[in-house]
Amino acid sequence: MAAVKETIDTVAALEKYEHGFTTDIDQEFAPKGLSEDIVRFISAKKDEPAWMLEWRLDAYRRWLELDEPDWAKVSYPKIDYQDTYYYAAPKTKEGPKSLDEVDPELLAVYEKLGIPLKEQAVLAGVEGAPRYAVDAVFDSVSVVTTFKKELAQAGVIFCSMSEAIREHPELVKQYLGSVVPTSDNYFACLNSAVFSDGSFVYVPPGVRCPMELSTYFRINAKDSGQFERTLIIADKGAYVSYLEGCTAPMRDENQLHAAVVELVLLDDAEIKYSTVQNWYPGDPETGKGGIYNFVTKRADCRGDRSKVSWTQVETGSAITWKYPSCVLRGEGSSGEFYSIAVTNGHQQADTGTKMIHLGANTKSRIVAKGISAGKSTSTYRGLVSAHPKAKGARNFTQCDSLLIGKTCAAHTVPYIEARNGQSVFEHEATTTRLSDDQLFYCQQRGLSQEEAVALLVNGFVRDVLQQLPMEFAVEAQKLVAISLEGSVG
Amino acid sequence: MLSIQNLHARVEAKPILKGVTLEVPAGEVHAIMGPNGAGKSTLSYVLSGRGGYEVTEGTASLNGEDLLSLEPNERAAKGVFLSFQYPLEIPGVPALTFIRTAVNAQRRARGEDEIAAPAFLKLAKEKAAALKIDFEMLKRGLNVGFSGGEKKRMEIFQMAMLSPKFLILDETDSGLDIDALKIVSEGVNALRSPERGMLVITHYQRLLDYIKPDRVHVLAAGRIVASGGPELALQLEAEGYDKYAGAAA
Repeated sequence: MAAVKETIDTVAALEKYEHGFTTDIDQEFAPKGLSEDIVRFISAKKDEPAWMLEWRLDAYRRWLELDEPDWAKVSYPKIDYQDTYYYAAPKTKEGPKSLDEVDPELLAVYEKLGIPLKEQAVLAGVEGAPRYAVDAVFDSVSVVTTFKKELAQAGVIFCSMSEAIREHPELVKQYLGSVVPTSDNYFACLNSAVFSDGSFVYVPPGVRCPMELSTYFRINAKDSGQFERTLIIADKGAYVSYLEGCTAPMRDENQLHAAVVELVLLDDAEIKYSTVQNWYPGDPETGKGGIYNFVTKRADCRGDRSKVSWTQVETGSAITWKYPSCVLRGEGSSGEFYSIAVTNGHQQADTGTKMIHLGANTKSRIVAKGISAGKSTSTYRGLVSAHPKAKGARNFTQCDSLLIGKTCAAHTVPYIEARNGQSVFEHEATTTRLSDDQLFYCQQRGLSQEEAVALLVNGFVRDVLQQLPMEFAVEAQKLVAISLEGSVG
Repeated sequence: MLSIQNLHARVEAKPILKGVTLEVPAGEVHAIMGPNGAGKSTLSYVLSGRGGYEVTEGTASLNGEDLLSLEPNERAAKGVFLSFQYPLEIPGVPALTFIRTAVNAQRRARGEDEIAAPAFLKLAKEKAAALKIDFEMLKRGLNVGFSGGEKKRMEIFQMAMLSPKFLILDETDSGLDIDALKIVSEGVNALRSPERGMLVITHYQRLLDYIKPDRVHVLAAGRIVASGGPELALQLEAEGYDKYAGAAA
């Protein structure tokens, strides 16, 4: 109840996109455009070993051969890949080692965004409050990672991808690209060539990660793309819960964000991966600007009985093209996908999941809630497939769309392939319009129109919000309400 | 006191109310009866401010304050409560959450402090018990999967929780069996007080056996065509609305 009230207060109090500020900070860039030289430049900047550079160059050459996909229900002008900066980083001497060495200007940015970067500040909070270790990525580099020491004591490695390549090459070599191969798709391939930073997590056998891990991505520089790469490995019987958040300044130009996230799960491992995506969505009236969010996320449940859960709250971006997927290879492994996608203004979202059942007795569950308002378009696209060997596979899918107003659209495109006779797939889908009758009913009881919309939408997405860690559920609830501000009336 | 003077309203181009004049003093219960299409529900919607109804002439005020210029939620905060003929379902929003949000929204609008959780729960338990509502039901999505009778009881429960100054009951008896009708009527009667007025809109006299009106008005073709004491309802039951249909035309 408190959360509902908070949502209402927030809706009443806040402007539309609150993270749209820019930060003037001394940054260095790679020359604009993309070429082998740029790939070499990035690799050199990161002081990478030769094998990493080769890997990138191989990806770059493959990318040149690929065509940009056009099957998603989104439209945008052709992207000029030569008109983007592929590397932008705040100027510092060496990579900062501790919080004291981080540019105060940068710390101020994260403070303004409400991201706890100070370990003691987090510790000084209410007793028993959960703690979060944070990796902060600013444009192309990770500026700081907190709680590393304490995590190391538990055997957990949590660091930036650049650091992992230097410090843990054997793990990176073994797993990088093993879930999303270099040439998996156009954007993943581009990412493989030019990825800058992201987070790396390794949880050793039998270890339950002692705190929530999170990465906070911020795009700041103009005309730059962000190409983050995240790799999380949960060894046998390990458990980790991870959350990513993202914001960007308001700019008139579109900016590209092409990320790759790979999750590896061995026997009995469990990963909970949550995303609260709030990239700048573009101008709500004209549709100008905003982030192109073209992301490949995949979990490989290699181990028996391993369990992965994707939860996403997608409220930002001009265009979202994203299908966090689960490859259910291990016997008895399971995958879950919980999604809230909110589009307003001129936003376009084509998002969903793929549940690939390869092992016997694998289970999956999909709950997708799409909310469209303004002149936006929201598409759920999902694949559930069972391999001949995946006997006893089970899936339950529920896709609900809520339309607000008369100028938006919602589409549901489910693909279902059962290649053995012993699989059970269930699919339920609904599309409803937020009705004037419901709004009037709420208003007659004393709620303002904005409060009524927030309450009805919160009700609609409740099943999914319950999957998020508590603090983020409240955050996400506010975000959904803010995104829909001004959508009725 | 609810005061309606020469109220005209239309839906799109079609005039529905054609000069309704009616006064309901605080503490009184007035019944509005009339044939289908007479404008009974329109009257309740115009008073509560639903969109799509255009007032072309006349006034409506509660205790001297104009209602027609206010938003629906502002009218609610002033104390107007409409019990819907067909209460809406609100999936995913537990009844308790819904009602607490409403109570607090009204309190804020009146510049009052919000109700504290313990006080709210205590009150809710008390009022639910009086209406024989299983408390567990209040934790489910409001009205989702509820029977017709349960929905109507939930309306009366909300009414009791919000403690409005003026109640409008729109066909509250429709869809109720005799047991549910008794429970709902008892709930309404418990809210009768010298400060509170009620407008009971009904097609049938049956409800008025349980909620005894002080006055009965007949609404036909958008106008009050007859007014009288409770005996008028009995007379209508015996004779039907035929003669008023003629009078209105």
